[in-house]
Amino acid sequence: MDPVAAKYIGAGIACIGMGGAGVGVGAIFGNYLAAALRNPSAAQGQFGNLIFGFAVTEALGIFSLLIALLLLFAL
Amino acid sequence: MADPISQFEIKNLVKIAEIGGSEIHFTNSALFMAITVVGIWALLVGGTSARALIPGRLQSIAELSYEFVANTIQSTAGKEGMRFFPLVFTLFMFILVANMIGLVPGTFTVTSHIVVTASLALLVFFTVIFYGLYKHGLGFFRLFVPHGIPIYILPLIVFIEVLSFLSRPISHSVRLFANMLAGHITLKVFAGFVTLLGGLGIAGVIGAALPLILVVALTALELLVAFLQAYVFAILTCIYLNDAIHPGH
Repeated sequence: MDPVAAKYIGAGIACIGMGGAGVGVGAIFGNYLAAALRNPSAAQGQFGNLIFGFAVTEALGIFSLLIALLLLFAL
Repeated sequence: MADPISQFEIKNLVKIAEIGGSEIHFTNSALFMAITVVGIWALLVGGTSARALIPGRLQSIAELSYEFVANTIQSTAGKEGMRFFPLVFTLFMFILVANMIGLVPGTFTVTSHIVVTASLALLVFFTVIFYGLYKHGLGFFRLFVPHGIPIYILPLIVFIEVLSFLSRPISHSVRLFANMLAGHITLKVFAGFVTLLGGLGIAGVIGAALPLILVVALTALELLVAFLQAYVFAILTCIYLNDAIHPGH
């Protein structure tokens, strides 16, 4: 296979990993909303935890994006 | 139609010096960083110069941003974290204002370059390491050894903890950079649809209304993202600094 074509295909495959991060971020915000509707008075205090969980989950998606960017521009 | 990537191009504006064969220029990136800093300075100094008991608009913004960052630090890093208030407040305001200025059409987004965000993330990373070692000495490395773990899986856990600690500056910087880059490319692509359809005559102009509405909606979304990413950067800085202040899990 042509190495340039393989590089582009690899970058595309690496981006599939971001779907997993999408599932995770959706689960975090969905569960936060479900819990906030059950107990709205406690929701405000957990906003920091929500953002932290979002950031940590999103980091995994960012790593797959990073692999894609490295394949496209650095390697 | 303009290439959606060309908005991130760094242009040399004024040549400053030449050291060892490499030229040093005042670029559009540096210009917009300067505009960002002057904007923050004008907001905070101009807002607090009156020191009115009943704050006006500017003073309200300055006080709100101060209290917002102070509350964030105290809820994540405790009272001792307030020692790092200047650092966190500077990072938050710089990223927030740089993102907001970047949303104005025709401007340059400073935070859409990995070199800027990586510098900020490495600043936080090394602050955590140096302050942790200065405050706790070798006790700082308790950060990598959680309590209550069976001894036979401890090496694996320590390895994972060290790896996740070392990958922090990467995710910290790439998150901001990738969000800004992707958001601005999306805006430019949809704006490109508007000009493309607008050039097709009367039917095209009617068709172009749809992407135009989308661009407006996306700009509103990007406004939210601009604030959220600045907040995420600040709160992660607080959480990382909390590890340096209280290294035991």
